[in-house]
Amino acid sequence: MAIFSVYVVNKAGGLIYQLDSYAPRAEAEKTFSYPLDLLLKLHDERVLVAFGQRDGIRVGHAVLAINGIDVNGKYTADGKEVLEYLGSPSNYPVSIRFGRPRLTSNEKLMLASMFHSLFAIGSQLSPEQGSSGIEMLETDTFKLHCFQTLTGIKFVVLADPRQAGIDSLLRKIYEIYSDFALKNPFYSLEMPIRCELFDQNLKLALEVAEKAGTFGPGS
Amino acid sequence: MTVHNLYLFDRNGVCLHYSEWHRKKQAGIPKEEEYKLMYGMLFSIRSFVSKMSPLDMKDGFLAFQTSRYKLHYYETPTGIKVVMNTDLGVGPIRDVLHHIYSALYVELVVKNPLCPLGQTVQSELFRSRLDSYVRSLPFFSARAG
Repeated sequence: MAIFSVYVVNKAGGLIYQLDSYAPRAEAEKTFSYPLDLLLKLHDERVLVAFGQRDGIRVGHAVLAINGIDVNGKYTADGKEVLEYLGSPSNYPVSIRFGRPRLTSNEKLMLASMFHSLFAIGSQLSPEQGSSGIEMLETDTFKLHCFQTLTGIKFVVLADPRQAGIDSLLRKIYEIYSDFALKNPFYSLEMPIRCELFDQNLKLALEVAEKAGTFGPGS
Repeated sequence: MTVHNLYLFDRNGVCLHYSEWHRKKQAGIPKEEEYKLMYGMLFSIRSFVSKMSPLDMKDGFLAFQTSRYKLHYYETPTGIKVVMNTDLGVGPIRDVLHHIYSALYVELVVKNPLCPLGQTVQSELFRSRLDSYVRSLPFFSARAG
């Protein structure tokens, strides 16, 4: 059981805070000899597996590291281009780590505003009068919980499907936001939250929620 | 507990079938537009969810709920999408949606030579069977909640 990440979206759909608290490891490392029996392609400035699913390496996974050296986008940390490096036989045998591509901050911004619109459409398509937007979205790997305040700020928590007590966590995050972002004289409304106390208290709240699953009524 | 409505889409986004039982509010737009909006929303949710997911997914998106209703989603490998809106008290109903696909859509539409695929289903038999199946569900109640 775990809480994966937290997003705070302002009333215009802009992402003003994001925290990844726990990322499950879904990575596969394997040593290859030349020629590479996987087809790799460049997509969105990342090297992805296009064909040749095997041994836990799935189509759509990105190259995360080569010989233990991290890969950022299409370059390794020491400045070599990934596809070029893997194309030359002299570099083999080579050990490559594959995994789900991590979200870039640009993608997070995009996904946050995408959720903002989905939230609105969800309430427009309601078969019942007076429905809110999406409050909980369920998939087989995670559950997304969303709480919208009266002022239009959305708090979004991604958690394990079995994790309990997210509703009280969302209210707790709202409380932390009010206490440590809104009451901070240096914080300007609707702008990215860069407050140390907000960070600290949010992390604390996530820990408590993961362990206990719930907050008492007065907390 | 109650069932509000049901949409059936094919892989291209054509609404093959729509029926409603206890629907209190219309979307306020023409039906054709509503189908497009619904399909567009599901399409976006699918891509949203596949990007957001921390692990590789098998079934993908299953359901979402708002304060008033719950939308259940089932997609076959061929891209047929079954969408049922119910009230909040209904639990996972993947088997029900799968039954609508396998025992009703496949049997009465796909295997019916008079039903062209990729268009709104005209078969009266399909409609009436679907209606009676949904009405027989344990969480379908005439008393609208």
